[in-house]
Amino acid sequence: MRLSVDGLLVYFPYDYIYPEQYAYMCELKKALDAKGHGLLEMPSGTGKTTTLLSLIVAYMIEHPHDVRKLIYCSRTVPEIEKVMEELKKLLEYYEQQDGQYPNLVGLVLSSRKNMCIHPQVSTEREGKIVDGKCHSLTASYVRERHNIDDTTPICQYYEGFALDGKESNLPCGVYTLDDIKQYGRDRNWCPYFLARFAIIHANIVVYSYHYLLDPKIADVVSKELTRESVVVFDEAHNIDNVCIDSMSVKIHKRTIERATSNIGTLEKHVAEMREEDHRKLQEEYQRLVEGLRDASIARDTDLILSNPILPDEVLQEAVPGNIRNAEHFISFLKRFVEYLKTRLRVQHVVQESPVGFLKDIQQKVCIERKPLRFCAERLASLLRTLEITDMTDFSPIVLITHLATLVSTYTKGFTIIVEPFDDKTPTVSNPILHFSCLDSSIAIKPVFERFQSVVITSGTLSPLDMYPKILDFHPVVMSSFTMTLARPCLLPMIVSKGNDQVAISSKFETREDNAVIRNYGQLLVEVAANVPDGIVCFFTSYLYLESVVAAWYDQGVIDSLQRYKLLFIETQDSAETSFALMYYIKACESGRGAVLLSVARGKVSEGVDFDHHLGRAVLMFGIPYVYTQSRILKARLDYLRDQFQIRENDFLTFDAMRHAAQCVGRALRGKTDYGIMIFADKRFARSDKRSKLPKWIQEHLKDNLCNLSTEEAVQIAKRWLRQMAQPFTREDQLGISLLTLEQLQSLEDKKLQEQVPEKMEL
Amino acid sequence: MATSSEDVLLQVSNVRFKKGDGTLFLMDQRLIWMVENRDTVAVSHPYADIKSQKISPEGKAKVQLQVVLHNGVSSTFHFINKSGMQAQIADRDRVKEMLQSLLPKFKRKIDKELEEKNRLLSTNPTLLQLYKDLVMTEVVSSEEFWTQHAQQYTQKNKQPVQEIGVSGAFLADIKPQTDGCNGLKYNITPDIIECIFKTYPAVKKKYIENVPSKLTESQFWTKFFQSHYFHRDRKYAESKDLFTDCGKIDDQEMKKDIQGGVKDPLVNLTEFEDKSLDEGYGAGNEKPVGNMGTVSQAMIKRFNQHSIMVLKATNNKANGTSNDNQKLETQEEITVSDDHINKKQKILEKITYDDLQGSEKEQNNGVHLNLSKVERYLHGPMPDTATEHINTSEVAYIMRGVIQETKQWQSRLRNPNHALVTPSAAIVALGELSPGGALMRGFQEQSLAQLVPADVEKEVRNLYLALCELLAHFWKCFPPTSSQSDQKIVKMHEALQRFQSAKLKPFEDKLIRELSPLSQHLTKHLNQLLNAAYQKFSNWQKIKIR
Repeated sequence: MRLSVDGLLVYFPYDYIYPEQYAYMCELKKALDAKGHGLLEMPSGTGKTTTLLSLIVAYMIEHPHDVRKLIYCSRTVPEIEKVMEELKKLLEYYEQQDGQYPNLVGLVLSSRKNMCIHPQVSTEREGKIVDGKCHSLTASYVRERHNIDDTTPICQYYEGFALDGKESNLPCGVYTLDDIKQYGRDRNWCPYFLARFAIIHANIVVYSYHYLLDPKIADVVSKELTRESVVVFDEAHNIDNVCIDSMSVKIHKRTIERATSNIGTLEKHVAEMREEDHRKLQEEYQRLVEGLRDASIARDTDLILSNPILPDEVLQEAVPGNIRNAEHFISFLKRFVEYLKTRLRVQHVVQESPVGFLKDIQQKVCIERKPLRFCAERLASLLRTLEITDMTDFSPIVLITHLATLVSTYTKGFTIIVEPFDDKTPTVSNPILHFSCLDSSIAIKPVFERFQSVVITSGTLSPLDMYPKILDFHPVVMSSFTMTLARPCLLPMIVSKGNDQVAISSKFETREDNAVIRNYGQLLVEVAANVPDGIVCFFTSYLYLESVVAAWYDQGVIDSLQRYKLLFIETQDSAETSFALMYYIKACESGRGAVLLSVARGKVSEGVDFDHHLGRAVLMFGIPYVYTQSRILKARLDYLRDQFQIRENDFLTFDAMRHAAQCVGRALRGKTDYGIMIFADKRFARSDKRSKLPKWIQEHLKDNLCNLSTEEAVQIAKRWLRQMAQPFTREDQLGISLLTLEQLQSLEDKKLQEQVPEKMEL
Repeated sequence: MATSSEDVLLQVSNVRFKKGDGTLFLMDQRLIWMVENRDTVAVSHPYADIKSQKISPEGKAKVQLQVVLHNGVSSTFHFINKSGMQAQIADRDRVKEMLQSLLPKFKRKIDKELEEKNRLLSTNPTLLQLYKDLVMTEVVSSEEFWTQHAQQYTQKNKQPVQEIGVSGAFLADIKPQTDGCNGLKYNITPDIIECIFKTYPAVKKKYIENVPSKLTESQFWTKFFQSHYFHRDRKYAESKDLFTDCGKIDDQEMKKDIQGGVKDPLVNLTEFEDKSLDEGYGAGNEKPVGNMGTVSQAMIKRFNQHSIMVLKATNNKANGTSNDNQKLETQEEITVSDDHINKKQKILEKITYDDLQGSEKEQNNGVHLNLSKVERYLHGPMPDTATEHINTSEVAYIMRGVIQETKQWQSRLRNPNHALVTPSAAIVALGELSPGGALMRGFQEQSLAQLVPADVEKEVRNLYLALCELLAHFWKCFPPTSSQSDQKIVKMHEALQRFQSAKLKPFEDKLIRELSPLSQHLTKHLNQLLNAAYQKFSNWQKIKIR
């Protein structure tokens, strides 16, 4: 349908529309009009992606000078592929309506692993190895060497691209991963570099978070994107953790050891080069005197490992004199690594600020702050000069130089924690130095500053006011939409006690209590006996899952569970889990039904949808609090309290509830779907927890569903399931949760009429 | 000498039977023994008559072989080879082995068909009833019955029986019971054993390897229950019992499968991350590497394994029988391009919202109906019986009548003042038509069910069953395409008539005698059915004659 959203003609590739989709478009348009940022929550399964795409594409077509580009960031590869398919559908709809394809290019960018078409390199499964192999075939000096010596292998696809790919623009259309690979194959061009090059001109770019948030990659990939862009972060409920992860570094003892051997190798290389061809080293020295900028010009293939941060002044300044010479730099690195080694040799936990660390390093080994800042860039330059083809071996030393640069650049928002051993095994020495980012706004700040509109959206962002605080930005629109439903297709329940009236809770004091575990087991068995098809359970942590399963085995719960359904359990090995998941789906599809035990915050809870029969019930055993004894978390909580006035408890509860909501939301993927959501912990009933659930779940969580025993919950579920099993047609939905164009227009007219008298009164 | 065309499969001399020495022959149809140097056959047992053979135990002085017949008689042969015990035993074993291979072949032959029919009849009560109604009353002949009417039953028998699936909890169903003196007793049934074999092929292999030769069956299962393999909370890696390598085999199998990868991109967690952080980056706690040793982890792994193997066991059976090899070959070819399409399909499936989509699009996606004769499709099958020779003038006459009739309706409807029936009259009519009203007095449909005694009801039911069976075959012959089906029509028609006279008529007579008011009602429909068939038959004959 073609509808008008506040005067903007939007093509929506469906015949019907959900009311909340329309409301979402209205809010989104406000944000675009104001050229500001937005924070929007809409339940999963209400077609968020297609709504976003329709409105922004319409806006781009209508106001080509205000919004030039849409950058759509999603989290997982399947999500990205879904977005591409939706976009394809939308643009095809434009063609179908207007008779001509809109003049837009939609493009996906992914890592080499997913895009490579080189016959040998693409067979590798691990991303790092693909990157390394690609690098060894495409680096500038490798290609130069090939010009002299034909036997040096190079990548024909990259050569093809370098020869004539850069002059041409992609024809209009949407290129999914498979499409761009095919396009590359047809022309003998490397799809990865083609995509990297083409995103500058493409109108719609879809890629993963890291390409914008991780400074190591963002600078390489996303540097030249225009300011007049709309950036969308979909599934953004976890965005703060992504930010923090991308800025944090961890040094093990093993890292140090390997870095030391790296330095040895480097030393050898430098010595060899000094013997054979010292001109190259001299050239490099000259370049460094002149400044870093030109050193990296037009060498996009070389930039496999980039500087974690690039404050502009670093690039404008020349590299300090004491690390310009290759030998000097190597001895500088040696000193730094030795220093880190001594720091790891501690008997007790040490926590200090970057400033303290810098002071200490100056005192102990006389390393100043300035050369440290240039460390990462200097190493990159050296590796280039030495023409080292296989970069993967050098990752430990690269990591250490990144640490050096980060620690000397940021004095605020970071902390350094040295732990001599793991808390669980205090006898085993396993020293780790954490350089941990505490402030999630640091990584995302450049994004907010650089781009005109940034939209953060997800199915579960409640409570909304937390995100502007922790990400430190000021949204112009901030809304949470509920799901309009013609029938109550979700049934949230809080089960607070077992049949024996023992309160159930995963509270630390009671979690190992046999009565609690037994009651959890009974609840699951009862649910398995009464709910058809698939059931998914989430535990608060993997350790807890393990101990509960062991206890259930002893108590015979597993046996009675297997009588009803097949049992599958998430493990820490993701390949094994994928395999179990595949069979879980098979079991559901064959009609046997299955139970999946999984972990909140685990990979399953973040990326796999259990729509329709794959998840008729979700059970959340306990509140998924993060492991609160972690020192890094404590440091972060302190920082949040001091900087943003967020109370510890508020943040912890917020974090736990967003994960809980994320888990239970897995089961409901649309209005025709239905699912039971059981929160099995009495603490969920407290208002501080309940009020932090997304609005669309809260709405259905009536007071009478908040304090149930197992038996009561099962009774309610039975009745509800019977109701849901009745046929559900479009006519039931129409007008309530589904609108035709006419209905939408008449609603709008009504709203207008209501607004007019109000204005008169004013 | 018996028929000369018999083949001698084995000849063993020096065999004593009832104190007479002679030679034992194994022919292709029977076993015979002839007294030394004579032509007459003293003993002759067709293989089909032999129930079993027995041999004397090892170490006995006499080396003997006994054949037991079905009628209980037995004959004992004593091997008396002069070259000693060894040769005697060798002689006996030769006979024994030959017999062993021969007997089963004949055993099955014995009245296999009859037995089969018997079994079919006893297991299918409906078939038995049909048999009684149709064959015993000689409505159809026995052969006809078996070739045509019981076809679906006999054929069903040929199809593989549907496999019984494996319950997920079959291991849990084996409940140990304490026997009172520090022991545990496990009860297993053949069903459970079958489940175990299906799910854990490695155990089956072990069973085949060990059971008759090294262990008795019960010893085997005792070992099984004692094993760490069965107890999932123990680690079998360290233990050393019979089943240790079963566990290893299972693990390897699983590992291989996992390495094969997961095709569904929406489930493959390993491929989810687009850009994994390098080792050393990130704040989160790493998962403990190489710490896969705890007992509960091993247990969890085995729960997964169990569920997967249970599913596999059922799936294997489903696919296994049909042409496996062909499938595999074609699959290989398809996979490459298939993956692509599959993936796209999966993703598209996820992103489409059925309720948002217009309805007409969905229809377009369906399979198009390819009609060869559109008119026939639109008008539906024409009732054949009604068109029995109406000439054109008649048709025109009826048409005129109908048109006139409808015209009248129209004129009535157009005139709003003219009510069809006055309201008061309508109410009166309704009253008369409701239960208790004057027009409802003779109405007895409701009470029919109560009036009919159970045995009559059953009889009616059987009549229907038989008649429907016959009718089904009758109607199946139309339209006749060959002379064969023509013959069949005639035959079926005769059968129907026979049925009417042999079953229906007597029943009707009985009804008139016993429950006179109902007689017509009960068999009315049956007669209608028959008449419809007769009508069809006569139509067909008329057409055929023309």
